[in-house]
Amino acid sequence: MALDSKVPKGPIKDKWTDYKNKINLVNPANKRHIDVIVVGTGLAGGSASATLAELGYNVKAFAYQDSPRRAHSIAAQGGINAAKNYQGDGDSTYRLFYDTVKGGDYRSREANVYRLAEVSANIIDQCVAQGVPFARDYGGLLDNRSFGGVLVSRTFYAKGQTGQQLLLGAYSAMNRQIARGKIEMFNRHEMLDVVIVDGKARGIIARNLITGEIERHSAHAVVIASGGYGNVYFLSTNAMGSNTTAAWKIHKKGAYFANPCYTQIHPTCIPRSGDYQSKLTLMSESLRNDGRIWVPKNMDDVLAIREGRKKPTDLSEEDRDYYLERRYPAFGNLVPRDVASRAAKERCDAGYGVNATGEAVYLDFASAIERYGKEQAKIQGIDNASKEKIIALGENIVEAKYGNLFQMYEKIVDENPYKTPMMIYPATHYTMGGVWVDYNLMTTVPGLYCIGEANFSDHGANRLGASALMQGLADGYFVLPYTIGDYLADDIRTGPISTETKEFEDAEKDVRDRVDFFINNNGTKSVDYFHKRLGKVMWDKVGMARNEKGLKEAMAEIKAIREEFWKEVKVPGNANEMNPELEKAGRVADFLELGELFAKDALIREESCGGHFREESVEESGEQKGEAKRNDKDFAFVAAWEYKGEPADAVLHKEELEFNDIELKQRSYK
Amino acid sequence: MNLTLKIWRQKDASSKGQMVDYKVTDISEHMSFLEMMDVLNEQLINSGEEPVAFDHDCREGICGMCSMYINGEAHGPDRGVTTCQLHMRMFKDGDTITIEPFRAAAFPVIKDLVVDRTSFERIQQAGGYISVNTSGNTQDANALPISKHAADEAMDAATCIGCGACVATCKNSSAMLFVGAKVSQYALLPQGQVEAVDRVKNMVAQMDLEGFGNCTNTGACEIECPKGISLDNIARMNRELMKASVKG
Ligand SMILES: Cc1cc2nc3c(=O)[nH]c(=O)nc-3n(C[C@H](O)[C@H](O)[C@H](O)COP(=O)(O)OP(=O)(O)OC[C@H]3O[C@@H](n4cnc5c(N)ncnc54)[C@H](O)[C@@H]3O)c2cc1C
Repeated sequence: MALDSKVPKGPIKDKWTDYKNKINLVNPANKRHIDVIVVGTGLAGGSASATLAELGYNVKAFAYQDSPRRAHSIAAQGGINAAKNYQGDGDSTYRLFYDTVKGGDYRSREANVYRLAEVSANIIDQCVAQGVPFARDYGGLLDNRSFGGVLVSRTFYAKGQTGQQLLLGAYSAMNRQIARGKIEMFNRHEMLDVVIVDGKARGIIARNLITGEIERHSAHAVVIASGGYGNVYFLSTNAMGSNTTAAWKIHKKGAYFANPCYTQIHPTCIPRSGDYQSKLTLMSESLRNDGRIWVPKNMDDVLAIREGRKKPTDLSEEDRDYYLERRYPAFGNLVPRDVASRAAKERCDAGYGVNATGEAVYLDFASAIERYGKEQAKIQGIDNASKEKIIALGENIVEAKYGNLFQMYEKIVDENPYKTPMMIYPATHYTMGGVWVDYNLMTTVPGLYCIGEANFSDHGANRLGASALMQGLADGYFVLPYTIGDYLADDIRTGPISTETKEFEDAEKDVRDRVDFFINNNGTKSVDYFHKRLGKVMWDKVGMARNEKGLKEAMAEIKAIREEFWKEVKVPGNANEMNPELEKAGRVADFLELGELFAKDALIREESCGGHFREESVEESGEQKGEAKRNDKDFAFVAAWEYKGEPADAVLHKEELEFNDIELKQRSYK
Repeated sequence: MNLTLKIWRQKDASSKGQMVDYKVTDISEHMSFLEMMDVLNEQLINSGEEPVAFDHDCREGICGMCSMYINGEAHGPDRGVTTCQLHMRMFKDGDTITIEPFRAAAFPVIKDLVVDRTSFERIQQAGGYISVNTSGNTQDANALPISKHAADEAMDAATCIGCGACVATCKNSSAMLFVGAKVSQYALLPQGQVEAVDRVKNMVAQMDLEGFGNCTNTGACEIECPKGISLDNIARMNRELMKASVKG
């Protein structure tokens, strides 16, 4: 099948408006006869469910947690972007569009990104109307901060809990519709397959996670909003339950999977402390507004610190290497995430890591505390403030801005980050790749949509900070509710979709067989055993730096782990009860397939772009020596994979990317 | 360190449960409490026993999924943390740790340490929202300035993660802190005023219907709340309720 992105014609700034004016609508009376299934109730699925229900559709929403409020969007800390230009610092729709395309290293679809920038301002208006308590300044207006990779302040935030507040906003909008009966909420339910009837997505098979019952649910369209697949690495900043199952199941039923190798390794996470580690904790990028990243300049100091003979605060300024400020004077500590992560790896690989594992760098707030302290002393009219006073004043400001993050750090690491620099190291955080969708957010299967982190659409090869929340809400509040109407307009006379058909029966049988297989396999090793092994291969060979040899090895190793998994996995308990190990087994089985496709995708992309760094593709000389080298001539395409059985046999379809409104340039943050 | 764990095991909602003893060894002080539970479960799986079911997800103290009543305290002995953020450095070698589910009539046990908190959902559905449709032409966010003080206070109330520690801690199983936090968030903001009367009445009525107990002002909920939600929110809710009854 040829890929058709369905991008409307016309100038980029008019595309969305013109398109909305022309697409089919469903009249309000007919919407009552149309059912939509939404899998996932994070920012994307929650906002979509609420909006579709407000419009009059009957929505059935699914989540594996016990409440929509617990989706992993809740954990987003730093903020959400919008081109409001409230700060008057030159922001605009075009600039947000430009920054996002550039930040994504010119691997995203222009028209989608422009639309995202265009609706961004509406998101803030909508959330404020819902009562989301964004941070405000003393004049009562909304406050902003800035994030990596941009030169304006366009990030709206609610302390370090922006995702929580935005999700609670979407959740409240959902609750209003649940109360009216327009959304039927299926908590503690996991979608295990999609049902396709006459080529169209018409329902899902889900497992009730309390009773173990396998259920059939039908609808006129199905929306997948199941989040990202970062847990393919085992350790990531994702929630323990974050998974690729919904996305992978639809891939196996015909939806192409795009750019799996584009994964974001976030520079500021708390380093791992031991083998028992179950997840990694992010320290929001917003900290890079005020924190300075460094390692010691001299190896003697590195060793002294590791052995506990010296403390980081003992080192004078001359003995510190603020390597981001040194390498990237224009952006300094605010370079994009992929650049910051690789720079940390470079220093640690060179031996300068500051903890026992050698995988940690410092994030230091001393300068910011002093700067804020002096500013406060002036504001409060304190002349000749003592050093202690200045620090106390400065610490107050830092606490007001990042208090919950500092507390989180202290609880985990048992060190006071106001007094000694934080230790951080990169960790898997976000997946730019995902299910391929067209301009309507429809997958290659008619009637099957994919929104939020689960799709591939807007971030190219690297996502800028505070743009995922923006995308999730744009998709759910402002894009999908329009585009899905265009498709559903043909369904007004279809009537309810029966679940008593062969298609549902077959899909249900497949799901049952797999559940029964796990329960009866009686192997010798736990699910986690396999998940950890997969994670290690992914991190070592398909992580921050990749090469041909490693990727080929990774493909073979993942295949071998997968084969062993099917022979040896052990799932205790029964099928007809709450069984967390059974849930994990299904998810890891899918990760074991995705992982191999991921490595394959990384292998064919013989260039470095964004989060995908091929050691073979670096600048050999000039000012950019050693930096990632993109190859636009051969690789300016989206790699969309068609399922053919074994992941190694997946067939590549290319969506060539056209850049009409932005000139392709090598990224420079120098 | 080596520990003895006394854990509540219950097959399902209709079965009777009981405390069962387990031993874990070589536990690092840097582990989180749930990582210690992972170690136990891996051990159980490998010896052919059923692992302990417990709720958890984000493991960074924000999703509100994890619960557990540890040594007689919701989320265990530390302050300002959820169970997933509790670290083993709070315990000593040789300790015996008692682990039970959150207990309340409105939170029936589903399995082992997993409880059903959908009563909280129904309270939110009764009025925990502002009725505004998504249209794309809502007024500009800065058209309505809100004092920083009110916005910050609303934010403090809104940080509630809905975990239910307040209920589990309260001797009356009262949900006043949870409901008070949501009512307060909207009461503090101009957007919330239009529906204020109905909201507080409906949410409180639903709370009573779910079988949560009364507040007798012991303040235990505030102490155990992992997010430090203040008792002021209960007072504010009571004022709102009073205003609502005057207004009819
Ligand atoms: C720690 C952290 C901090 C972040 N900070 C920021 C930030 O400051 N700014 C920013 O812009 N972005 C941030 N991000 C990224 C952003 O939070 C996510 O990309 C975004 O919230 C994803 O939203 P979503 O709705 O697509 O998915 P999620 O919120 O992950 O929701 C997934 C939903 O799908 C459901 N689900 C999954 N599988 C199934 C299944 N098989 N059956 C049924 N239901 C299923 C889940 O129950 C859940 O409801 C952060 C991410 C992390 C991890």
